[in-house]
Amino acid sequence: MTEVLAHADAVTRRYGDVVALNDVSLEIRAGELVGLLGPNGAGKSTLVNLFAGLRRPSSGTVTLFGGPPGDPASRLRLGMTPQETGLPPTLRVREVVDFVAAHFPSPAGRDELLARFDLTELRDRQVGGLSGGQKRRVAVALAFAGRPRLVMLDEPTTGLDVEARRALWDAIRDFHADGGTVLLTSHYLEEIEALAERVVVVGQGRVLADDTLAAVRGMVGVRRVVLSVPELPDLPGVLGVERDGERTRLLTTDADRLVRELVRSDVPFSGLEIQPTTLEEAFLTITTRDAHPAPAV
Amino acid sequence: MSLVVTHTKYQFLETIRIPIAVIGNAFFPSASMLFFVVPFAGDDPVAATYATGSMMTFAVMASCLFTYGIGVSEDRAQPWDPYLRTLPAGPGPRFAGRLMTGLAFMAIALIPVVVIAALLTEANVSAFQVLLGLVALAAGAVPFTFLGLLIGYSLPSKAAIAVAQILFFPLAFGGGLLTSPQQAPAFIENIAPYLPTRGAVELVWAAIGDFTPKVTSLVMLAVWTVVTGVLATWAYRRDEGRRFS
Repeated sequence: MTEVLAHADAVTRRYGDVVALNDVSLEIRAGELVGLLGPNGAGKSTLVNLFAGLRRPSSGTVTLFGGPPGDPASRLRLGMTPQETGLPPTLRVREVVDFVAAHFPSPAGRDELLARFDLTELRDRQVGGLSGGQKRRVAVALAFAGRPRLVMLDEPTTGLDVEARRALWDAIRDFHADGGTVLLTSHYLEEIEALAERVVVVGQGRVLADDTLAAVRGMVGVRRVVLSVPELPDLPGVLGVERDGERTRLLTTDADRLVRELVRSDVPFSGLEIQPTTLEEAFLTITTRDAHPAPAV
Repeated sequence: MSLVVTHTKYQFLETIRIPIAVIGNAFFPSASMLFFVVPFAGDDPVAATYATGSMMTFAVMASCLFTYGIGVSEDRAQPWDPYLRTLPAGPGPRFAGRLMTGLAFMAIALIPVVVIAALLTEANVSAFQVLLGLVALAAGAVPFTFLGLLIGYSLPSKAAIAVAQILFFPLAFGGGLLTSPQQAPAFIENIAPYLPTRGAVELVWAAIGDFTPKVTSLVMLAVWTVVTGVLATWAYRRDEGRRFS
């Protein structure tokens, strides 16, 4: 049986009256590359913070390498990325790396690490003088400073240009190819598609889907069909209906079938449009569908 | 232990690379020495010695309020702080590093005061008295360290800057740091014993000169130490609880 590196068991986390995570169970097994996907406020960061020991669950248990995440010893093989806006501006790049590396028993070689993230030329620069993308690369490199077995990358390529993003994806793939385990959060479907093998979709504090990349991609492929129609007939596969004056908006995973049925039903509709939805809308739809089986948004 | 050294080293580097912060910290006590002590008391060995003690207390108080109060508050606002909590170390090394960094900046503020006193005034103390004076300063620094930490852990950084600056002057002036013993205006003589600055400076005066501290001042210093200690612990726990629970 594969070793479980991080485990959330029936975890609920509340902030005051707000339930950020609602009875979530999740296992991250050795060697996996897991994408944690969800809109802002879905509970992704809360879950990562629980695994990293920054927060404690309101109920349920979280373990990291078999121990409580709040115990520093449990975090010896964990790599995390700081938000790049928080890097100490007056320290030099190599100093920040040395500082973080000093916390680990057998850290990665500094020069090798800097080379891997294309930071060699920036090593003596003060962090405050770097561009946003350069800071981002420093921040991601820090996750690998302690030779981790598990890295948790929160939105790793936000703010990077295409080339830098691909370089970073390569670094993450290399780490994974060498046996490393990755938990990646993103609200970009593209990033998850490029990297993850297993995708966990969270929304409104719950795990909505936990499956292979292909299965989840099908689930979130939602289209919006907009039309003017006096009265809506019964249509198959409608996830949600929204009315805005004259216009009616329908959310569906199969726009072709919906349009065929619409034509067949012989209602006098006009101004038909089919639009792609954002990932966030797709998540909302999935969440709503789960909460209310009847098509109502 | 080596992590405490690491944290101290990098926190020190972070601060020392903003030279104005260092100069600001060391400027007031040194400038006060040059403008008030050297011309007015420099020729009188006893007055110069007491005044030097006052300025050293002043430097310690300012360093504590500014490095702990403003420094901690600004660090709390940065996402770097929670990131460090994900590294395999508890909050101990960072906190210890913070105290050590504060001590280092205290030394930076104190050294010019001592150099000015030695070169430009008739102040005269034995090596033993210098040592005793440093012990007295360290004891007197405790309530100000707590006060700085209380400000830092309980206020957002803009408020911390304002509060540190507002406290700084009345504590210095009201405690009689800017006047020599027994020569302060009457109202200051009345309120001084109730301020922590007075007890702290009387300890220093007693260490480096022939001064007998007042009981009220010392009792009040102890009270301030306990009260600020309790409040600083409360603020630290509350902040931990709010951000890491």
